[in-house]
Amino acid sequence: MNRRVVVTGVGVLAPGGIGTGSFWDLLSEGRTATRRISFFDPTPFRSQVAAEIDFDPEAHGLSPQEIRRMDRAAQLAVVAAREAVEDSDIALDELGPHRVGVTVGSAVGATMGLDQEYRVVSNGGESWLVDHRYAVGHLFGHLVPSSFAKEVAWAIGAEGPTTVISTGCTSGLDSVGYACGLIGEGSADVVIAGATDAPISPITVACFDAIKATTNSNDDPQHASRPFDGRRNGFVLGEGAAMFVLEEYGHARRRGATVYAEIAGYATRCNAFHMTGLRPDGREMAEAIRVALDAARLNPEDIDYINAHGSGTKQNDRHETAAFKRSLGRHAYRTPVSSIKSMIGHSLGAIGSLEIAASVLAARYDVVPPTANLTTPDPECDLDYVPQVARECPVENVLTVGSGFGGFQTAMVLTSGGRSGA
Amino acid sequence: MTPSVVVTGLGVVAPNGLGTGEYWAATLAGKNGIGRLTRFDPTGYPARLAGEVPGFVPEEYLPSRLIPQTDHMTRLALVATEWALGDAALEPARLPEFDMGVVTSNSAGGFEFGQRELENLWRRGGEHVSAYQSFAWFYAVNTGQISIRHGMRGPSGVVVSEQAGGLDAIAQARRQIRWGTPVMVAGGVEGSLCPWGWTALLTSGRISTRDDPDRAYLPFDADASGYVPGEGGAMLILEDARTTRERGGDLGYGEIAGYGATFDPRPGSGRPPGLRRAIEQSLADARVAATEVDVVFADAAGVPELDAVEAAAIHAVFGPRVPVTAPKTMTGRLYSGGGPLDVASALLSIRDGVIPPTTNVTPDPRYAIDLVVGGPRPANVRTALVLARGQGGFNSALVLRASH
Repeated sequence: MNRRVVVTGVGVLAPGGIGTGSFWDLLSEGRTATRRISFFDPTPFRSQVAAEIDFDPEAHGLSPQEIRRMDRAAQLAVVAAREAVEDSDIALDELGPHRVGVTVGSAVGATMGLDQEYRVVSNGGESWLVDHRYAVGHLFGHLVPSSFAKEVAWAIGAEGPTTVISTGCTSGLDSVGYACGLIGEGSADVVIAGATDAPISPITVACFDAIKATTNSNDDPQHASRPFDGRRNGFVLGEGAAMFVLEEYGHARRRGATVYAEIAGYATRCNAFHMTGLRPDGREMAEAIRVALDAARLNPEDIDYINAHGSGTKQNDRHETAAFKRSLGRHAYRTPVSSIKSMIGHSLGAIGSLEIAASVLAARYDVVPPTANLTTPDPECDLDYVPQVARECPVENVLTVGSGFGGFQTAMVLTSGGRSGA
Repeated sequence: MTPSVVVTGLGVVAPNGLGTGEYWAATLAGKNGIGRLTRFDPTGYPARLAGEVPGFVPEEYLPSRLIPQTDHMTRLALVATEWALGDAALEPARLPEFDMGVVTSNSAGGFEFGQRELENLWRRGGEHVSAYQSFAWFYAVNTGQISIRHGMRGPSGVVVSEQAGGLDAIAQARRQIRWGTPVMVAGGVEGSLCPWGWTALLTSGRISTRDDPDRAYLPFDADASGYVPGEGGAMLILEDARTTRERGGDLGYGEIAGYGATFDPRPGSGRPPGLRRAIEQSLADARVAATEVDVVFADAAGVPELDAVEAAAIHAVFGPRVPVTAPKTMTGRLYSGGGPLDVASALLSIRDGVIPPTTNVTPDPRYAIDLVVGGPRPANVRTALVLARGQGGFNSALVLRASH
């Protein structure tokens, strides 16, 4: 990768508020957006908590036809992409659609749409030979999540390389990493990249219930997501989308764009261990961090903030803490680490991009968002997790990481000043 | 200097042959792998033909513990990978820890597994949903399971671009090699041949509803009526040619020489489709002239408007004389598996000096392309172009070249 890539536009739809502004308000104030599931009656399920968005697609400019055709995850991606393009003030028409690509991350695709339509064609699960006559015309778009990338490309008028990246819960980092590759090698000058997921449906809740990955703190939804806390008992399912305008550095500079940050390093590794389990030593995530730092030409001491995966499962937070120590050494103890999942839950494939958004905003405002609900220390999680209250401090270089089912471990380094010239 | 990336191993699971040898012999013989669906009773559906992989008994190939946690397509992908590794004479355990990664493409995930668990949920209740559902359905499953089975800890990925994705996965693996990981597994194997997947596929509006396996999927024919879905695909071992030489291997089947990907303009824009640009980009990336291309493995949609777009793009870049073929008339379209299977076929064409035929098709002269029909055509194939398109507007092109 030789050409440099910078973030020049941000669009966010997250629980607790629509738009980048309300997203940052929520994070910097340390408020939580987790609540009892309202999309369906969660009573039959073990976990009844989620972080939902109050989202009216019509109010955000989608036509009735688009709303019908698109799964909620696609709707979120399109609205976030439009916000990012507007934020960057870029004239895509002048650049030409051939030089603009689209990369959308998603872990679970059109889960809500598929769950809903399945019930119709199977008559509530009664028939294995489902009745095709009840299938809606847009069902194919739900079958193939590549439709999300198509919708974003149509919405912004892109005709360059376009794809969906689906590496489970690291999709939101890997889609941005993939897009950096496209710009780096010269296949595109601008990529509208990010991720979306809207998984809050009965099938998703049931599948995480089955392995007790999600919390069962149903009595206290607001405090149910507790990364790094001694009383953590699983993650809180969330939804959301974050999309970025990624731009070749020289291009951004020539047009006088406002640059949030440079994507200075990216690496991904697999643990080749277990589809859902993690080895406690954090070896592969540590390797991804080391390689990403090398790519960014930074030392561990240069990292000012770690935006953690911090899902709030017992094994994840331990695994990740070990990975930070392994890769950053003593500096791991001196660096603020926080998990925004404590406030907006875990939106699977989308969360990596939401965390990139939080990272570039932390660098813009020199504020580290807190880990909400962190009140009970866990001896195995002994780093500085910025409990409950945001912290003002200089933030120039941010490390953000993700870890997911399938064994994916990803690290990204973002840098906002100094040598990036950003 | 950019390293040259070569393919040193192939693993094929196709409706007309299980294993590379069987598939290639069947393909050159023009053997049709399309038939009436057997995995479920298709009587009540408007389309009843598919390309099913015959005689695949997963228990014969995989440890029993993997069976309950995998969809049919993942089992096929695991077996294809194992064969590809064997073909390349590679033992991942002997490589340094992070020197091998996996990139697969998928378009719909483990859909049959998903249907079973949706049924468990809605018929019997949430507590009956499998503990494996959280990873057996999602699109990353094949990459995850392959990496675990063979201890591959290097950079990995999953690309979803409907039926173009298989080529995108191979291109992404090539990038990873260029960035420093010496060995990658890449490709796509899938299938959604269950009633729920079938119902969703039908709404694509492109599935042939004919019942005669020899008349249902006829790309570039005046009688084209859509396509027949299938299952399977291919997994490939890609290596930095320097690594291959160091371990004393030969340079395998050929080089991944060039790649281009584009997206079609949104409907109603009046702008030209992107396939021609993808072809031109892949040739430029490979630094080959159009005249050097010896064969084009076409996407061959079987939908008249799409066949016309493809024929026009091929004609515009190459003129009427380049041989064009679509052996997928014998397998049906394999979604993310289709591109990688065509890449395998193109590499075998280079090896054997023969172009496999497009079966059952009487070329419509209006397309003005030299479609290889009637039987395999002997040819000195040094450079091949593979095309793949995904519904929605995805276009990908991959150039393969004989290893020097």
